[in-house]
Amino acid sequence: MAQRIDVKDLNIYYGDFLAVQDITMTIEPKSVTALIGPSGCGKSTFLRTLNRMHEVIPNARVEGTVEMEGVDLYGSDVDPVAVRRNVGMVFQRPNPFPTMSIRDNVLAGVKLNNKRISKADADDMVESSLHGANLWNEVKDRLEKPGSGLSGGQQQRLCIARAIAVKPQVLLMDEPCSALDPISTIAIEDLIGELKSEYTIVIVTHNMQQAARVSDRTAFFNIAGTGKPGKLIEMDETSTIFSSPSEKSTEDYVSGRFG
Amino acid sequence: MSATTAHPPTAESTERVRSMLTAAHPGRKRVDRTMTVLVWGAFALAMVPLISLLWTVTSNGIGRISMDFLTLSMRNIFGGDPTGGIYHAIMGTLIITGLATLISVPIGVLTAIYLVEYGRGALARSVTFFVDVMTGIPSIVAGLFAVALFTLILGPAARFGLIGAVALSVLMIPVVVRSCEEMLKLVPNELREAAYALGVPKWLTIVKVVLRTSVAGLTTGVLLAIARVIGETAPLLVAVGVTDSINTNPFEGRMMTLPVFAYRQYSQGLATCPGGESATCIPDIALQNAWGAALVLIVLVLLLNIIGRLVNRWFSPKLR
Repeated sequence: MAQRIDVKDLNIYYGDFLAVQDITMTIEPKSVTALIGPSGCGKSTFLRTLNRMHEVIPNARVEGTVEMEGVDLYGSDVDPVAVRRNVGMVFQRPNPFPTMSIRDNVLAGVKLNNKRISKADADDMVESSLHGANLWNEVKDRLEKPGSGLSGGQQQRLCIARAIAVKPQVLLMDEPCSALDPISTIAIEDLIGELKSEYTIVIVTHNMQQAARVSDRTAFFNIAGTGKPGKLIEMDETSTIFSSPSEKSTEDYVSGRFG
Repeated sequence: MSATTAHPPTAESTERVRSMLTAAHPGRKRVDRTMTVLVWGAFALAMVPLISLLWTVTSNGIGRISMDFLTLSMRNIFGGDPTGGIYHAIMGTLIITGLATLISVPIGVLTAIYLVEYGRGALARSVTFFVDVMTGIPSIVAGLFAVALFTLILGPAARFGLIGAVALSVLMIPVVVRSCEEMLKLVPNELREAAYALGVPKWLTIVKVVLRTSVAGLTTGVLLAIARVIGETAPLLVAVGVTDSINTNPFEGRMMTLPVFAYRQYSQGLATCPGGESATCIPDIALQNAWGAALVLIVLVLLLNIIGRLVNRWFSPKLR
């Protein structure tokens, strides 16, 4: 299921503005890769290029290649919609569809695509996805209630259930816990630990303890100054990044001396 | 662990804090009271003509409302004969407004979708500009435009319901576009991104997420637009003409509508009754007809608004 992603010489532009420069990295399958760095350094921008979500913003474009198992996601014959079907995403703020019930939110990937699904298959999908997101026991008695009635942490886990229901190869998470309290954060972190046995996970976080807790590899991004492009400073095993990074700026950042 | 106070408040510090916290600015309180009075006054002032209008129309019109009045036409009714009705005008108003809605809603909603979801650059800017210009078109100009358009196609003297519907559409489309545009803008971008991230194509995202989330607001916008045109008189007078008979075919023949009917009856004035007022001849029956038609028109708009509220309640996102 999980796939490996190779990024080579990636430049990301908004119009003429070079936002992120010259990223080369490998994202290992069935592992958690954390992206850390100060605000505005292009972590989220980079994350959104991994499923071509940044194209939603007018004039955004990339140079370079993002290859999933050798297939360039930006190849001329690749459909961005198909890319997003295989690379799921969880956002910073929980965003369940307000017009849908909890059940329909989980089935959104199927229902919004006008795909037919039998009642039994749908029930299986809802139950397994909600189990996968550790939410089943909390919502099993109110599946027909609106998703927006849940608490913030539950809504975020509902969004994760929605993302894994379509069985993506890769799961991207853009600061999934920044709007949540510590209890919900731990629930999501435990979930990430379980999900990595099946998915390739990339997570952007501002919380360095979180990166240290959940990730196998960590990439540190930095920016030289306002208006300058963000760059990948270094990427290594998480334990190495937090104990003996090779770059001075990484050490300064993870030890809390700046940022 | 108990919260002990190392320094219990002294009389002096209590006094100081009290003066800090209670020193209300006398000016601020005065301004607050003045503004409250002003706001309530403005509200009351705005309600006076509204209440007065509703009261006048209801009290003058209610006496004329009867089953006959609602189900008969004015065919072969002359002078002070009180047996006629407004059925032909009700049907005309419903048919012409309905047709105008059928024309305007698809054009208006699609334009709004274009402006919010796709529009960039010069084309979107010019569409917005022309929609704004259209908002200010006087209704008689819209009527003349529709008549001129159909005169070019069918020759002069063509008068039928569709022409009126086209004239009303010209007035309705900009209202629909503007209100729907605002409603679509209210849909949070996060919902669109959530759908994209699930591999939903843009058009399905628009249909199933954006439109579905905003459908309550869109309905309100459309109903406001209908309310805007349902009372139009001038364009219908020139485009559809008048008639005393029932005509439910908007593609042939003149039609009557409620506002035009009210205008016509009012301009007829008093009828002459040779034998004085009797059961078959009432001198001011035309005026009573006009009030009755006006009341029915208001009730129609009220019904539309109630339907809109219900749609709103059924479709708006629920929390529990």
